[in-house]
Amino acid sequence: MTDKQIIDRLTSSFAGAGVDSDGRLHSHLAALAERQGLLDVSYRTVDSPLGLLLLAATGEGLVRVAFSCEDHDAVLARLASDISPRILRTPRRLDDAAHQLDEYFAGKRRAFSVPIDLQLSHGFRRSVLEHLRRIPYGVTQSYATVARAAGNPSAVRAAASACSHNPIPLVVPCHRVVRSDGTTGEYLGGPEAKRALLALESAA
Amino acid sequence: MTVFALMTRTRDVVLPPFEEIVAEHGPAVMRVCRALLGPADAADAWSETFLSALEAYPKLRPGSSIRAWLVTIAHRKAVDQLRGTARRPQPAGDLPDISATDAASGEEPSMDDDLRAALDALPAKQRGAVIYRYLADLSYAEVGELLESSATAARRSAADGIASLRKHFSKGART
Repeated sequence: MTDKQIIDRLTSSFAGAGVDSDGRLHSHLAALAERQGLLDVSYRTVDSPLGLLLLAATGEGLVRVAFSCEDHDAVLARLASDISPRILRTPRRLDDAAHQLDEYFAGKRRAFSVPIDLQLSHGFRRSVLEHLRRIPYGVTQSYATVARAAGNPSAVRAAASACSHNPIPLVVPCHRVVRSDGTTGEYLGGPEAKRALLALESAA
Repeated sequence: MTVFALMTRTRDVVLPPFEEIVAEHGPAVMRVCRALLGPADAADAWSETFLSALEAYPKLRPGSSIRAWLVTIAHRKAVDQLRGTARRPQPAGDLPDISATDAASGEEPSMDDDLRAALDALPAKQRGAVIYRYLADLSYAEVGELLESSATAARRSAADGIASLRKHFSKGART
């Protein structure tokens, strides 16, 4: 036996199963971390008609929904610096959100009841998001209306910017805000995604 | 205010999401735990290592070797567990499904036992050097630090350890 064979034999016979993110050991670690209050952000992905979505939550609630065009790795790195690097892939904490999104895309859900955490938005942007939550399913509003409702009628551009930087799209329905001329306007997931959502909601 | 915010941002940015740490180093830490403790207790040691690491993670100095840091924690957990098992008869009831399935899942569980017995028979420094150099993939400098000796001594211990294992297995092959 050569040294190389000895070393290969060592590495293969001591390799352990279950340490990958779908494994039992990983879930066990996540459960322990959550119980001891060490899990600041958990995340999972979910398939949708708009592509793979990243869902991230703090103990408070859903804090981020990201489209695949945003680059999920970059989004997670940003969450590590903006909230906490104590981040683990933990599907369980986000099961409800994933399930409600499934129902929404199937046309079977008109409002989300998962708790949300708006800590990534501040000031006027946050007021805009709080207003957006009150726009009902299937209804659209103009950026000017949203600016007024959020307390600053002249801040139409800022309102549009708040919508396009919405950290929790879909659940906080920024897609229901359109330009006064009726065109869809910008969207984090791309203009086609926005049109698809508006079509979904007007069909139901 | 802005400068301070920027400084905080640059400092924080070097710490990737902990999930990346588990994905990158989880398998190596598992090899170390299994070699030090055997399959039944390795699962506990692995979870406890990453749990301790998660707790301390936000305060980790940028530029630290994360692999060496994790292996140091695993090393201490293993020492604690071995002391614990020496005192108590057999704490096998701790994590029944994880350890039991893990132990049963190996195709040749005897190979693991045989290797472990051979590893356990090595002098402590050689055993440590083999595990930390070849299973954890640490540098000799890092191995030396863990074993409280120099990089040169660590290199020699690792080579001696591998030579002993080779002798052990060629003997086994002949009989």
